Amino acid sequence: MAKTIEIRWHGRGGQGTVTAAKVLADACLSGGRYVQAFPEYGPERAGAPIRAFNRVSENVIRMYGPVLHPKVISIADATLIDAVNVTDGAPDDAIFVVNTSKDPKEIREKLGAGDTQKVFTVNATKIAVESFGRPLPNSSMLGAITKATDIVEMDTLLENVKKSFGKKFAQKIIDGNLDATKRGYEEVKEG
Amino acid sequence: MGKIVAVTGNEACAEALKQINPDVCAAYPITPATDLMQRFAGFVSDGKIDTEMVLVESEHSAMSACIGAAAAGGRVATATSSQGLALMWEMLYIAAGTRLPIIMPLVNRALSAPLNIHGDHSDGMGARDTGWIQIYSENAQEAYDNTIQAFRIAEHLDIRLPAMVCLDGFIVSHSIERVEYIDDADVKNFVGKFKAVNPLLDLDNPKSYGPLILTDMYHEYKRAQHEVMTKVPGIALEVAAEFEKMTGRKYGLFETYRLEDAEIAIVVMSSAAGTTKDIIDQYRDKGVKAGLLKPRMFRPFPYVEIADALKHLKAIAVLDRADSFGGYGPLFSEITGSVMSMDTKPPMINKIFGLGGRDYLPNQAEQVLDELVKIAETGKVETIKEYLGVRE
Repeated sequence: MAKTIEIRWHGRGGQGTVTAAKVLADACLSGGRYVQAFPEYGPERAGAPIRAFNRVSENVIRMYGPVLHPKVISIADATLIDAVNVTDGAPDDAIFVVNTSKDPKEIREKLGAGDTQKVFTVNATKIAVESFGRPLPNSSMLGAITKATDIVEMDTLLENVKKSFGKKFAQKIIDGNLDATKRGYEEVKEG
Repeated sequence: MGKIVAVTGNEACAEALKQINPDVCAAYPITPATDLMQRFAGFVSDGKIDTEMVLVESEHSAMSACIGAAAAGGRVATATSSQGLALMWEMLYIAAGTRLPIIMPLVNRALSAPLNIHGDHSDGMGARDTGWIQIYSENAQEAYDNTIQAFRIAEHLDIRLPAMVCLDGFIVSHSIERVEYIDDADVKNFVGKFKAVNPLLDLDNPKSYGPLILTDMYHEYKRAQHEVMTKVPGIALEVAAEFEKMTGRKYGLFETYRLEDAEIAIVVMSSAAGTTKDIIDQYRDKGVKAGLLKPRMFRPFPYVEIADALKHLKAIAVLDRADSFGGYGPLFSEITGSVMSMDTKPPMINKIFGLGGRDYLPNQAEQVLDELVKIAETGKVETIKEYLGVRE
């Protein structure tokens, strides 16, 4: 794994994208690394396109400001591919993880991804609805990203999903999110 | 060793205040400091600490209540940002002039108009002359560490002055990053028990606060205020040395980065210093002898020490995250003040950057370093003050 990994999240307000970035930061911190997680603050209304960022590094992170060349791009809502420039600044070895019911090959074409860039898809919203009854794709996206990038051990991620949801929610919701995380990990497809 | 957590700058400051458990905190919410005080108020409501939380109707009232509580003999803290600090304006001078060691994280944010909630240093710079100690933090760890050290500096019996601990709004206040907390007991032990000086609540020994002093003594009073400020650096360094013994984390009046053998340097405060360090490393790899100086203490300002650290340079750029319309940036003015004591003065440029939260991007640091390389070669400055990353 490279010394510093930078991630950009594309989501819509209210989907919990910022929470996902936070959970990932917590999980990577448990692995002894340095982390950053921060959203881009704009009009904070439900449904508006939002971006959030992670930096994860073996070394102290001194860089502030948006991630300009994300190694990993997580797209929590595939309609954003048409709405915002999700490939902006993506390096040749970028990894895209997209929440969609569509086939990864179709998404690869739509993104215009290069041969050296990887494209993964997962039906994160469907998994979420089946796991805990709400269309909030973050937990399954976190699982999918973990599989696609090896950024963190799955057990560490699960512990942190549990910790994050454990503060606010009932056991049923926590269990549902843990299931969704696992299914995201298992069901993500590369193409 | 304390525990390692992933928290925001606001969370880290709230934790420091919780560990210190001040007697009184009077606060009014304002973005981006709201979240800091909301967390702190939560600790009070949950019974984790026994601070008397006074919820007031404005920042003017918040500072007024803090002044009353501090004069009464309590250890007092609050927090604010931007317009909140501006509304405290009148009371800031009274807190300092009355020698009340109130501690206030200032989550730096732009000032209206136009309305903007994002980070820049306009608020803090506007309070430059209020008589408050000002300490600026690069990241959440520094904001946490500085908050703890600020109590020791401000409450020192030779000082007894209020202090603001500044951190960049949103950039640091709302970013989650790795922070190492100190154990509660160690923080308590480090900060020590509060010693009240001339408390109003000592009814057997009545005191008078806020007297009228006219032409007979006001001039002397203000000179004395300056004198006490000159003692702050010495105390701050003593406190920092003790803090380093406890945590291993080193603090000075300013930080230098690859400066000793540098030919060109950027002087910049707070989070932008972090980004700049990364770019300096890249330039060093290319063989460019670049360095950085990051002031930590802005009031009092360590003119002589900074001059000594900068005197060997061939060109200096001072980056200001605040402006003085019709003047140079406030940090630039301080650095030119430092340079006064040098025998040969290096050429200097001033860049205004990041106003209202405009991102300070790597290419801006690169642009400045490229310009410094050219100035170091030719000795010529074309324009002293310019704006970085501005849309034309």
